Amino acid sequence: MEAASIPEPAASPPGRSLLAFLSANILPILLGVALLAQFLHEPTATLEDIKNGLSNGTIWALIALGYTLVYGIIELINFAHGEVFMIGSFVALSCWQIAGVDAATGMAMTVVSILVVLLIAMLASGTLNVMIERVAYRPLRGAPRLAPLITAIGMSFILQNVGLLWRPTPEGVPDLIDSQGTMFTVLDVAVKYSDVFAVEITAPLLYALLYFVGNTRYGKAMRATAQDPDAARLMGIDVDRTIALTFILGGLLAGAAGMIYALYNGAVQFNQGFTAGLIAFTAAVMGGIGNLKGAVIGGLIIGVIQAISDSGEYLGLELGTDWTPAVVFAILIVIMVFRPQGLFGEEVREG
Amino acid sequence: MSTATAASTPVLKKPKLSRGTSPWIIFLSVVGALALFPVVVDTLMTDDASLMKASLQALAYIVMALGLNIVVGFAGLLDLGYVAFYAIGAFVVAWLGSSHFADADIHILASSAAENLPGIHVNFFIVLLIGAVFTAIWGALLGAPTLRLRGDYLAIVTLAFGEIVPRVFENSTSGIFGIGSTDFSNGKQGIQPIDSIGFPGQLPIGPFENVKLYYIGLALVAITLFINIMLRDSRMGRAWIAVREDEVAASAMGINLVRTKLWAYAIGAALGGFAGVYFGAINTSVNVDQFAFGKSVFILCMVIIGGMGNIWGVVLGAIALSMLNSFGLPELNKLSDPIGFQVTSISFGIFGFFLLAMMILRPEGFLPSGRRKLELHDEEPEVAIPDDPGDQAYEVRQS
Repeated sequence: MEAASIPEPAASPPGRSLLAFLSANILPILLGVALLAQFLHEPTATLEDIKNGLSNGTIWALIALGYTLVYGIIELINFAHGEVFMIGSFVALSCWQIAGVDAATGMAMTVVSILVVLLIAMLASGTLNVMIERVAYRPLRGAPRLAPLITAIGMSFILQNVGLLWRPTPEGVPDLIDSQGTMFTVLDVAVKYSDVFAVEITAPLLYALLYFVGNTRYGKAMRATAQDPDAARLMGIDVDRTIALTFILGGLLAGAAGMIYALYNGAVQFNQGFTAGLIAFTAAVMGGIGNLKGAVIGGLIIGVIQAISDSGEYLGLELGTDWTPAVVFAILIVIMVFRPQGLFGEEVREG
Repeated sequence: MSTATAASTPVLKKPKLSRGTSPWIIFLSVVGALALFPVVVDTLMTDDASLMKASLQALAYIVMALGLNIVVGFAGLLDLGYVAFYAIGAFVVAWLGSSHFADADIHILASSAAENLPGIHVNFFIVLLIGAVFTAIWGALLGAPTLRLRGDYLAIVTLAFGEIVPRVFENSTSGIFGIGSTDFSNGKQGIQPIDSIGFPGQLPIGPFENVKLYYIGLALVAITLFINIMLRDSRMGRAWIAVREDEVAASAMGINLVRTKLWAYAIGAALGGFAGVYFGAINTSVNVDQFAFGKSVFILCMVIIGGMGNIWGVVLGAIALSMLNSFGLPELNKLSDPIGFQVTSISFGIFGFFLLAMMILRPEGFLPSGRRKLELHDEEPEVAIPDDPGDQAYEVRQS
């Protein structure tokens, strides 16, 4: 978390500042150059990819925030987070199915249903996430670091199989937002309703979260706990409750991401959480795990990388949806090995 | 289940290794009990096909779990992508023992059935060696970037490798990244049929001769156990344990961290490849769906439930879980009418539950490492058994 960061070291001598800047920002620069090269190679297709990537990236950003919040406060990779997102999608779809809302429903009803379902999915995922914390992580507080990681993997498998029993096959979601319809066109790039929808729902949530963590009493308690749990406890902060609150926040965002994903993607399936979770985790690592704004930017960057890889070709190199996971994981490895503190230089306790 | 009990009886008799017991006595009793298993099945049951098939899988899983135990249990490096080495081993046997590369015409000591087929046909026992060496090299290569990492960062990077390797196999249908045009994997369909195990010039062992296949698997298990015991008590084994306990202190005592860790990765990977070759040959097919992340966790589950770092615990864990997976749960499928779904479809959920319950209730596993307890008893009697069982017995130590 921002407040927990260690101050930047004193500025280096002026003569070496360019070199120092280059070496400190080598990965963002490389990514920028790579993007620019692809843009010069194929301008319109690249703009299209960037647009897709940014709108899809908002979903990854929402999930990545859940990872980064939890890691920031108890230094645990919440492996089950992707599954919480998946359950959010399932709850949203079930709500629409029960209420009988579909593409033929009137405009006003649709908007109301989306907002209500968003709320229900968020609450369901938030509750689930805090229950996971209670069952799987709290009993292991103080145990070796890898013990909760292993229970997290166990929890993730359990939830994935709950999803499997709930919906064994991929299921279509009613197209409430005319997701493939073109809203407007900029620079030959058609912006679809789904793109606008994803950004419209995500932006206020991101703002609300940053405000909550940065400006409220609870947010202050969270930042204090992240910095030093023992000192926070001495200052009268209920650490257990603060951790539970963090899990609720992460779950709320994952639920919202699940609802958006269902409408954006048009289909849900039980194993969507695993891949989404790993992509979002990569985003969180990219932004510097524990750094909220970093997670958002990381989500957007990963979204663009994924869109370019999905579109099938990078500078003549053959890629495609089959390669995308490998590309994302390779980036994850490069960042973890060479720059574990993330692209933006946030300090972490481990590296 | 009769298997788990039959195989583990000699182990259960001595849950705590005292200094007087030679590991070779346990070694002989475990291998002996496993060798008697087909006879027991033969006399007790008539329809032994599914049980014997399941026990073939169990033997391969013992080899894999022992390999992972070197990385996780001895050297303390949590590897969530172990399935990558299984994949590499299985593809090695597919490349060297099938008609996949039909243009090549290489036959080395092939069995009589494969002698006249097109493609590369190398005898299974030679492929075992090649596969082990090849995966060992890859183990060291994939391990090298992770040397600086610790704890959960290490776990995630290995997980990423475990996901990348099967994807690379799956997509390399015409060269790698569009370079070259060799088909390495036949895509999602995978490569089949793979040659059955056989001796040069003779008829290969048929797919239904389970007992013969079982004894070949048992020989692999015996070799693996031998390697494990030798390594554990060797200079390298002590170095692994020192690195696991405290990396900085070990380094200060003159242990070469890079070399020690790379050897752990290489030997662990080699055993994974060993098992992969055997798996490929008994399944006679290989495809990338076999190499999901769940498989890595499944093998990790065996190591953790059995008792990380303890060879016999890991053997017990591997037998119990793999028999449950390939024999117990399919049997439970007969209940699918009353409960409304197939039990095998949620097998990973069940193993996930085991992981969760085990970590919370008994994190040291069913047969915790005796050596670790001995160390604590002998050198520091006053802190012999700390109150927190998690800390003393759960052996992947963090910085």
